[in-house]
Amino acid sequence: MKRVALYAAALGFVVFAGFPFYWMLVTTFKQNRDLYVGASDLSHIPWIFNDPPTLEHVKLLFGQTDFPRWVLNTLLVVAAVVVITVAVAVPAGYSLARLAGRWGERMGMGIFFTYLIPPTLLFVPFSRLVSLLGLQNSLASLILIYPTMTIPFCTWLVMGFLRSVPWEIEEQAMIDGYSRLAVILKVAPRLIVPGILTVVVFTFTLVMQEFVYALTFISSVEKMTVSLGVPIALVRGDVYHWGALMAAALFTSIPLAVVYNLFIDREPTFHHPFTRGGCHENPNGIVLRAHRRGSVHPLGCSSRRGPAAGRTGGQARGGGDAHHYGFHKRHSLHQP
Amino acid sequence: MAGIEIRNLRKQFGDLHAVDGVDLSIRDGEFLVLLGSSGSGKTTLLRMIAGLERPTAGEIHIGGERVDGDVPPRARGIAMVFQSYALYPHRTVFQNIAFPLEAVRTPRKEIEEKVRWAADMFSITRYLDRYPRQLSGGERQRVALCRALVRDPKVFLLDEPLANLDAKLRNTARDDLKRFQRQIQTTTVYVTHDQVEAMGLGDRIVVMEHGKVRQVGTPQEVYEDPVDTFVATFVGQPPMNLLDLRDPSLAAGTLVGFRPEHLLPRSVFGPGEDLRTVRFAVRRVEYLGSDRYVYGSVLESAAPDATVIAKLPATIALAIPEGETHEFAVPRRLLRYFDAASGLRRRP
Repeated sequence: MKRVALYAAALGFVVFAGFPFYWMLVTTFKQNRDLYVGASDLSHIPWIFNDPPTLEHVKLLFGQTDFPRWVLNTLLVVAAVVVITVAVAVPAGYSLARLAGRWGERMGMGIFFTYLIPPTLLFVPFSRLVSLLGLQNSLASLILIYPTMTIPFCTWLVMGFLRSVPWEIEEQAMIDGYSRLAVILKVAPRLIVPGILTVVVFTFTLVMQEFVYALTFISSVEKMTVSLGVPIALVRGDVYHWGALMAAALFTSIPLAVVYNLFIDREPTFHHPFTRGGCHENPNGIVLRAHRRGSVHPLGCSSRRGPAAGRTGGQARGGGDAHHYGFHKRHSLHQP
Repeated sequence: MAGIEIRNLRKQFGDLHAVDGVDLSIRDGEFLVLLGSSGSGKTTLLRMIAGLERPTAGEIHIGGERVDGDVPPRARGIAMVFQSYALYPHRTVFQNIAFPLEAVRTPRKEIEEKVRWAADMFSITRYLDRYPRQLSGGERQRVALCRALVRDPKVFLLDEPLANLDAKLRNTARDDLKRFQRQIQTTTVYVTHDQVEAMGLGDRIVVMEHGKVRQVGTPQEVYEDPVDTFVATFVGQPPMNLLDLRDPSLAAGTLVGFRPEHLLPRSVFGPGEDLRTVRFAVRRVEYLGSDRYVYGSVLESAAPDATVIAKLPATIALAIPEGETHEFAVPRRLLRYFDAASGLRRRP
């Protein structure tokens, strides 16, 4: 009986999470007539193909926009920002959490607060900075500016994560023959792998969906990122090319969902040890906590990941992510 | 093998004097227990010996070598077991035990031998390929001890290693630990808040409170001859009864202390014994199988409401009706006297 309830709940969650994906899929391949007739014809069933599917919208997306180029740009920016963020936020979070004593905590809060200043305020001074550096209309401007939002958040994330990793393991290593520096370089990194993975995922997410800075700094079509190029090219005046928009959302989010799932499937193996292996904290608790913090994010983009990565079984995991990405794509499409 | 000398050791965290001038001399091969409630400074003291905490003032010598200051933990010749065991989660049991040996670049073959030897000693050879998360609490604790053992340390530092075990396991683990220490004869400092553990394990017990040492002595000395009312009530379960009996033969403000198991019905004593007899108003009798706890108050006391406990062994079958006053007695040689104001021991 309990099992039935569990599976029912999981199924409900999967439907809830998977529906946006399904909707994207259907819309992508529907003929325009099939898409729009529902407004006037009440007998029309919107969630199935009433007319035969078409590749028309996909052709529009790939043939008449620079979509592949935007994907490439996005990947480039994301990769660079992930590297910068991990390189800065992980050591910063570690030092603040482990080495800076009471002031570390306060500074961590201070750093986090800078993250709360919205891009809609900051883009004004930043655009001046970018033009002073001569980086207008280049991907370099985004690589320079994006860490200003990812580093504070991720530093704080790493600090929070480290609070759940007992300091005793590192102290033990110092007793067992390592110097403090050797502990930081050799022992600690292995302990904070899950934290680093979380940082990567969050940086990815934040950068993927960013719109305001991209809109401010990038003006030529071939330098745009997906989140900017798609709405600009496919919303013309008040004409929404829904089929192509959904195609763009689909082709961006499916690979991401797959990649993130690889992360999530790995994470528990990284997490378990902490808990079962000698301290009291629940491993999933770590993920959950980290991700709940994630949900502080104003776009709420990450709030769904926690439970999916944490306790629910395999079926729910994919769903959690699918929803997550459906969500964030939708967001960027609403922007214009 | 080494003794530890601690001189006037202090540690301050802001305004808090965590350890407030401790002098201690730990003998070579001794099993010393630091006993105190949380916040008594016992763990801080241990961590300073380990080198994980830097003393504000004072000296620590391990094996004649002064180590406070800049001698890092790894160079102090110590091994430590934390309450959480601090096992490396991503390493197997074998790799965990081998860790300190790898850190000092021991040859592969020697590592293998030492790990097997240690694992054999704690009978965990079967688990060498497992990960810590696949082990029970007791097994993890033994892995942690193994890892401490292979370092061949001069001193073992143990921070409540049994606290995370369930009560049943704790008894056998305590026995194992004591036998192990007797066998290898390595100086051991053991921190606990559990006075039963302290009594059972320690060659000597150091009772700490508010960062100060209250008493150092064998379990018997600490139990039978507490230096003050704190030690008298902290060690022993139920605690020592402390009463002002308003005895004219004693100086004013003298507390009389006696253990619950020494307060027995008058009738069980022989005629020749020198007894202090009291009238004991029994409120409640608790039957615990091997003992009976009798709760009540002593009418001669200056505070007749204060609860006094008598612990009667099952061998005394005498009926003790609740709600009545009985004649109880304590042999005079077992009475201890304390100054009510300072709490210190006083000669009668």
